[in-house]
Amino acid sequence: MNIDYSKHVSLVEGTTNLREVDDVIAAPMENPNNPRFLMALFVSVSLMVFCGGTALYNLLGFGTGTWGNQNPVMWGWPIVNFVFWVGIGHAGTLISAILFLMRQTWRNSIARFAEAMTIFAVITALVFPLLHTGRPWLAHYLLPYPNERALWVNFRSPLLWDVFAVSTYFTVSFFFWYVGLIPDFATMRDRTTHKVKKFVYSLLSLGWRFSNRHWQHYERAYLILAGLCTPLVLSVHSIVSFDFAVSLIPGWHTTIFPPYFVAGAIFSGFAMVLTVLIIVRKIFYMEHIITLNHLERMAKVLMATGLMVGYAYSMEFFIAWYSGVEAESFIFINRAFGPYAWAYWTMIACNVVFPQIFWFKKLRRNIPVIFVISITTNIGMWFERFVITVTSLHRDYLPSSWGYFTPTVYDGLLYLGSFGLFFTGVILFARFAPVVAMAELKAVVDGAQPSHHGGDHE
Amino acid sequence: MSRRLFSTAALFNTPDEIMHAAEKVSEAGYENWDVNTPYPLHGMDHAMHLKPTNLPYVTLIMGLVGLGFAVFLQWWTNGSALQLGAHDLMLPRWVERYPFVIGGKPLFSLPAFVPVMFELTVLSAALSTIAAMLGIFCGLPHNSHPLHDTDYMKAVSCDQYGLYIESSDPNFDEAKVETLFKDLGATEVTSIYRPFEQKPGFISHVLFFGFLIATAVGVSGKAYFVYNNLLYARLVVPGYGVIKLDHIIPYNWMVNQPRLDAQEESTFFKNGRSMQNPVANTVARGYMPYKYAGNPDAANKDTHNPVPMTEENLALGKKMYEITCSMCHGDFAKGEGRLKGNLVPPSLHSSKAKKWTDARMYHVIVEGQNVMPSYAKQLDEKERWAIIHYVRALQRAMDAKESDLK
Repeated sequence: MNIDYSKHVSLVEGTTNLREVDDVIAAPMENPNNPRFLMALFVSVSLMVFCGGTALYNLLGFGTGTWGNQNPVMWGWPIVNFVFWVGIGHAGTLISAILFLMRQTWRNSIARFAEAMTIFAVITALVFPLLHTGRPWLAHYLLPYPNERALWVNFRSPLLWDVFAVSTYFTVSFFFWYVGLIPDFATMRDRTTHKVKKFVYSLLSLGWRFSNRHWQHYERAYLILAGLCTPLVLSVHSIVSFDFAVSLIPGWHTTIFPPYFVAGAIFSGFAMVLTVLIIVRKIFYMEHIITLNHLERMAKVLMATGLMVGYAYSMEFFIAWYSGVEAESFIFINRAFGPYAWAYWTMIACNVVFPQIFWFKKLRRNIPVIFVISITTNIGMWFERFVITVTSLHRDYLPSSWGYFTPTVYDGLLYLGSFGLFFTGVILFARFAPVVAMAELKAVVDGAQPSHHGGDHE
Repeated sequence: MSRRLFSTAALFNTPDEIMHAAEKVSEAGYENWDVNTPYPLHGMDHAMHLKPTNLPYVTLIMGLVGLGFAVFLQWWTNGSALQLGAHDLMLPRWVERYPFVIGGKPLFSLPAFVPVMFELTVLSAALSTIAAMLGIFCGLPHNSHPLHDTDYMKAVSCDQYGLYIESSDPNFDEAKVETLFKDLGATEVTSIYRPFEQKPGFISHVLFFGFLIATAVGVSGKAYFVYNNLLYARLVVPGYGVIKLDHIIPYNWMVNQPRLDAQEESTFFKNGRSMQNPVANTVARGYMPYKYAGNPDAANKDTHNPVPMTEENLALGKKMYEITCSMCHGDFAKGEGRLKGNLVPPSLHSSKAKKWTDARMYHVIVEGQNVMPSYAKQLDEKERWAIIHYVRALQRAMDAKESDLK
């Protein structure tokens, strides 16, 4: 238990054999379906089809009135869930881009999986605003394209910024992810003996030859993309927060929202990455690739971002008092002691109080503890979005139109369905693509780099 | 039949060996050669004496293109005070401008356009970087390269480090290259040949891609038309025509709603009607009942006009008079209206009309008189009083006194 943090720690434990690394990572793709995989797929597909399908049929057939959204809370669960899922996506880009720029090589074994989670989390998130429009088959009206109606979108609307931010984020993350996958698809192409798989992997690898003349451009492209993704990921949740902050509702109209949302997004994203990785490393026997040291580092990030959101919560209260704006003060007292106090204190407990146990090394190196805290953080971050959205709306300037928001069963079914969609994507990804970046990981195995460089050290 | 040699390749076991080998091959003056490693090796670019990549210029230029496009798009559609429209510039209607003011801000309100500018810059820069890196700098996709499907490729894609010199190199000599590799400590030296026939690869085949594109266009085109029919609930039956359906969930456009339409039977109210009379003894806001209803003489005793005679009210009165009254009464209230025939109202410059109080005239507007119907629905109270002010002004103008000219 006494780890000397000043000493070099091997990122891959127990082996320096590159072929063994490949074997472990490729195993889920090469072995026949195991019952645990089928069981997990069955559960998530059922959630998606039965819960999500029922909710979708009702929604499309009878309109958004089947949700709990009602005056004055017109933004109910759909927006809460949208922000929740977009936030989860952010950890992937943080790990793949920001930690890459900071030369944190420990990211290599978790980056691929986190990026995949970004892709599926953003897809899941996009479902909610699309359905929230009420007529999702007219969603193309949101895009500025030349049309016979001679109409254009309103470029000054935060909701339109959101359309651009989230779609750009998805597109760039997707291609960033794909660029990372190319060498691994090439490795799979050369490993497989199956004819169809060979064809598919050849197509996906684009005929990558591991040529150093290509690696040269590839590495630079990767660096540039990481540099582009870093401001992008910060912009996305900032713009999501503009949806709230640009309005005049007390509790929303605050300048702290962009950094507060970004910190919260990374917090919730790391929690989800931890939850899923702890399961994945167990199922696929990757304990020596995704090691306890990785989990410990993520636990530290979790605690740091937890403190940031804690700071944001207290700063909101301070400004509400310090500004002297009556409506603002009221909304925050109402948040903590009003009808939604239960949601507020759930959020504070899960996001600010529980992660503090990671101050103790013994606890942040204890996998069951990390797992439980990652789940409570997910719950807490969902409640954060609920508190922001619902408590601000349910009692605004006009006391005659105060109300209490209650979700309907269709809100719940759609939310369960969204988990089904997310996990179906993640599980299929884990079965058909390398969950750990082989090329990146092999590059950081002990002894994988030349002992003396071909020239001056960069 | 002789197989055409593509290259001679060597495999090495450790990164240090390949690094050393790459330096030596580079110093020996070979040109068409390459190193294959399962992951990028630090310092290899230097060992191979490669020039730095030009990729960042692509990123910069395409990022600026994206930025420029975003500025232009938002300026043209939302933010331009340009008086010229698409029609004036001989452009099609679907690129017509749509400028509008939000919150009293100027049309080209730059801060509000920054988020979209940023996103499109990043999008354009990122996608172009990837496309240029793969397509131009690496020449991919390329699945028919001679190295593919060789044992050499299978080794370097997993855990070994390879180096090959192509037979097209001007200094290439098979025997010499083999000895060079052996001296450098290669574990295995192999010759890689081109395939017997240079058949175009299945994937890169033009016909295959043509087929893919044709299929994609065909399927999405058909889907588009089917979807459009579905959207407007039209069933196209070949040989019969188009059947308009009642609705298809979810595309019913909210036609079927639980509300009651006018004249529809209600099961809620006792009298079975969906439209109900107002509750007895209640008054809707802003609809005070008229106090001299059916009593013109009482109105003639009331001399009060609640709307003050101001320039503004007079202008309102003129406007409403010309809209509502002038077609019969005429622009100057002499009964010279544009509607000829039976509708010839008496002049409002008669002594009778001049003697009427404002309230009496108001009574006529509200209740009508002879052929004239009530105008209570067309004019609100303020407008009625303002019209009377205007009529008084007309009367005075038609019969001006000396004193009025001062």
